Amino acid sequence: MPQALAVRGLEKRYGAVQALKGVDLAVEEGELVGLLGPNGAGKSTLVKIAAGLVRPTRGRAEIAGSPAGSPAARACLGYLAELFRFPGWYSADEVLALHQRLARSDGGAAERKRLLELVALADATDRRVDGMSKGMQQRLGVAQALVGNPPVLLLDEPTSALDPVGRRTVRLLLEELRERGVSVLLNSHLLSEIELVCDRVAILLGGEVVAAGSPGELSQPRGIELETDEGVREIPGASREDAPRLVAEAVAAGRKVYGVRVLTSTLEETYLEAVGGETS
Amino acid sequence: MTAVLTIAGYGFREAVRRKVFAVVIVLTAVFLFLFWLANHFVFDQLGTIAPPSDVHVDTRTFAGAFLLGLAMFATLFLGVVLAVFLTLGVVSGDAERGLLQPLVVRPVGRATLLLSRFLGAAAVCIVYVLAVYGIALGITDATGHWTPPAVVAPGLELAGGVVIVIALSLLGSVVLSSTANGIAVFMLFGAGLVAGLLGTIGHALNSHTIKHASTIAAWALPFEALYQDGLRLISGSATGLTGFLLQLGPFGGAYVHGWPIRIWAAGYLVIALLVAVLAFSRRDL
Repeated sequence: MPQALAVRGLEKRYGAVQALKGVDLAVEEGELVGLLGPNGAGKSTLVKIAAGLVRPTRGRAEIAGSPAGSPAARACLGYLAELFRFPGWYSADEVLALHQRLARSDGGAAERKRLLELVALADATDRRVDGMSKGMQQRLGVAQALVGNPPVLLLDEPTSALDPVGRRTVRLLLEELRERGVSVLLNSHLLSEIELVCDRVAILLGGEVVAAGSPGELSQPRGIELETDEGVREIPGASREDAPRLVAEAVAAGRKVYGVRVLTSTLEETYLEAVGGETS
Repeated sequence: MTAVLTIAGYGFREAVRRKVFAVVIVLTAVFLFLFWLANHFVFDQLGTIAPPSDVHVDTRTFAGAFLLGLAMFATLFLGVVLAVFLTLGVVSGDAERGLLQPLVVRPVGRATLLLSRFLGAAAVCIVYVLAVYGIALGITDATGHWTPPAVVAPGLELAGGVVIVIALSLLGSVVLSSTANGIAVFMLFGAGLVAGLLGTIGHALNSHTIKHASTIAAWALPFEALYQDGLRLISGSATGLTGFLLQLGPFGGAYVHGWPIRIWAAGYLVIALLVAVLAFSRRDL
């Protein structure tokens, strides 16, 4: 079974700017992979190459075993661009109908209704894009990407314009897609969102992958936090295995122990460590 | 085929919503009214025009061919306006606004997408040009009882000229921003018209250099050559002094004409479209 997305030695140069410097990345079938990195790290370029919008300078990108941009690759791809717009005079239903025809989806009205319900736009079926808020348009963009039940999804900042409720809607949708075996490459600045839904995370910096793994793998042990009648005390460097001993020692010393917590770095801390606080 | 119709329909609906058609229809109505007015007064007062008695000028043919030539110029101009506004932002403009990317990732193919937009714009412009040309013919016939010796071919050549402009505008939209493309296509159109007029002057003055420059321009910009050939066909029945006087004017007709330029124009169109498709297939979006 080919990987949903396979990227090998991918390089992209825009004039004097080297946007990607030999990126290797894979998204397995049914896997949800998050792409993190500061602005200008090359995340959108990577997603655009995978979507066939940008030609790589060197290297390969494949979607379900077919070269990115080929008809076979596009046939099994759903894509939400970072900056996109639908014609303002189309209604939500018409946007989906247009993409159904282009994607050769035979889902008809039932599919359109289901997709609009999925992104909480069931009440806006006939509303024109011009009359929608940015968040509604973004949710419509997500629905558009799902037309034809593509097995691979590339989502470039799908929640950037959404309020917390909208973000939650998309997050639940992503979890449902994963359960259905859809493979997703999610490019987002929202670390909490990535941490919550992604199976694996790749952090890009200066066009290179500087860290990759599951959120758990990327989290580093940071010590033990012990709460006693003397207050809360952090024991740096202690690991999960040290917890029973530390509790026993505290009890033996006559302390009342109210709680013990193993501390790990958050994805945010790992991210900041990986990118060195860089932004642009 | 579904994809072609879908994309062509998408472009058509976009043009309707952007009021491109509304603007062109208003301009066309104004032009046709003024054209009817000109025909009415010119043919009404034709009897008062008295050329010197020692020369024979067929005033009805002269007036008819001159006025219809004017109508062909206006039709070409309005057709080009429509063609440019339908296509100037098909690639760069739509990509900058984020409209193109969701379409390009669909399994339609960039070549199909671009050629569908071409076919949609060409269908609209051909219908438009033939309709305006036909109405102008009808006005000249109704007011002056004059019809040119060739009726169909000049209209088809006018439409062909506009179709070539569509292909050039699409090619420009791949490599230029919308504004730059619009300016470039209108400047090309203007350059073609100037070259055609220059050819007329060159022949009147019998200047080999000007005629040579005009000939090169006609082959380089065959939309102008097709228009000039159409003018030649409508004044084909004017002989003697009438024909000579018509040729001295701005609507006198082509000096590069006939099947060679028509065949070249068809080849030019195919080459322009192929280059546009190739450039689009390599363009980052």
